[in-house]
Amino acid sequence: MGNTSSMLTQYDIEEVQEHCNNTFSQQEIVSLYQRFCQLDRNGCGFISADEFMSVPEFAVNPLSQRLLRMLDGLNFKEFVAFLSAFSSRASLQQKVEFIFKVYDFDGNGKVTFNEMLDILRDLTGQFISEQQREEVLTQVLEEAGYAKDSLLVQADFMKILGNSSLKMEVEVPVD
Amino acid sequence: MSKLNTSSSEFDLDRPNIEDYLPSGTIQEPCGKLRLRDLLDISPTLTEAAGAIIDDSFTRCFKSNPPEPWNWNVYLFPLWCLGVVVRYGFLFPLRVLVLTLGWIVFLSCYFPVHTLLKGNEKLRKKLERGLVELICSFFVASWTGVIKYHGPRPSMRPKQVFVANHTSMIDFIVLEQMTAFAVIMQKHPGWVGLLQSTILDSLGCIWFHRSESKDREIVARKLREHVEGADNNPLLIFPEGTCVNNHYTVMFKKGAFELGCTVCPIAIKYNKIFVDAFWNSRKQSFTTHLLQLMTSWAVVCDVWYLEPQNLKPGETPIEFAERVRDIISVRAGLKKVPWDGYLKYSRPSPKHRERKQQSFAETVLLRLEEK
Repeated sequence: MGNTSSMLTQYDIEEVQEHCNNTFSQQEIVSLYQRFCQLDRNGCGFISADEFMSVPEFAVNPLSQRLLRMLDGLNFKEFVAFLSAFSSRASLQQKVEFIFKVYDFDGNGKVTFNEMLDILRDLTGQFISEQQREEVLTQVLEEAGYAKDSLLVQADFMKILGNSSLKMEVEVPVD
Repeated sequence: MSKLNTSSSEFDLDRPNIEDYLPSGTIQEPCGKLRLRDLLDISPTLTEAAGAIIDDSFTRCFKSNPPEPWNWNVYLFPLWCLGVVVRYGFLFPLRVLVLTLGWIVFLSCYFPVHTLLKGNEKLRKKLERGLVELICSFFVASWTGVIKYHGPRPSMRPKQVFVANHTSMIDFIVLEQMTAFAVIMQKHPGWVGLLQSTILDSLGCIWFHRSESKDREIVARKLREHVEGADNNPLLIFPEGTCVNNHYTVMFKKGAFELGCTVCPIAIKYNKIFVDAFWNSRKQSFTTHLLQLMTSWAVVCDVWYLEPQNLKPGETPIEFAERVRDIISVRAGLKKVPWDGYLKYSRPSPKHRERKQQSFAETVLLRLEEK
């Protein structure tokens, strides 16, 4: 473990920093690299879905299956880019963009009623009935000035979430 | 002073993780009417997920901590080199010699005792116990074990089990040196397995395969039989079920706590000054682990025999197990994590996820009713 950090050269770190828009400091990148190697058990240079699921705290997360779709087979650069939305240096725009991407399952830049319903289903499971879920979502959508068949784009998400105190920060432990 | 600071900051770092996961899921105080924003804002859940990816309390339990390098200095480097020469060139062969000698003495006494004294069970058992304690002392000597035992030595009496935190198989050797315990252990392959099925069997040790659920019932039955017997060796259980790196404790299996016996906690704390005693079975075999210990300067460790505990009226075995875990963690200075050590081999049950879903669903429904 001790030698892995020295495997990253200054160039590597700068390249990764550039890739994630400088949202992480050099030390944080080194820490993340150590973590990456720890998660990449078989040492093949990318982390598989199975390796992510071996972290119990991640596996019990209601959105883990959905996030796995974005996470499966990430190499280190992509891994850092994925986490960059959670940096304290990331802009609100970046954070909202990330949330939007989680919603936008098919990646067409528009979030449909069903895509929102899918997330809500992940979050509430069997504790709200399917019918009630639909009702709740329809109701709050209408109150916010949208309809059941509206397609939400990223600007809408920015409008809805942008002014709130979005707390989406994870500190990278640096030693 | 600086040491004190780092340990307290380490503690703070670990704290949020544990507190986040002991209560059920994210706690969001319902406030005001439900808006679209509240439904779409998945940032708390995402933050939790990202937090787990960046750092998690479970993986930290099984992280080996190599000793701090101190040789990166021109003045210290020759000294360090000298140390390597002494450790590998002098100490190691000497220790191999000691261990070989130990085995010769042990085997040449054990087999005659085992085969010739068939008629005299009591004497045979007593001698065998003494011999196993002897060979364990040789093992401890082979890593220059500096072990301080605190508290009263365990005695042999029925209806009591000893439970200890688990860092490496050497825990067993360290404890066995003092008292010939019968132990419950995972069946190992190779030479350890051979020892298990020949010598340790005579102490009344119980073996199991972690993966076989059928074994669980057999072990539970054997356990019950063992603790009833008056002249059986005292029973030792490592209720964590897996080796943890001696900074944390994972959840205790409740098996030892529902036997209706007195539970005597034992806390073991290794000093990492010379070598990390944690056996990371994923990374190294037990033989490599032993070699690592035998080429270090010394293994320094403290063992505390703690106050025996009984099930309090109205207490469930799980609460009892948690209470004993508390006692051990406090004594050995370990941090508790709310995870089952077997998660190394399997996935957490959907129960945990459902608890989070339930709390979110409840807040949604509650806020929906507010106008």
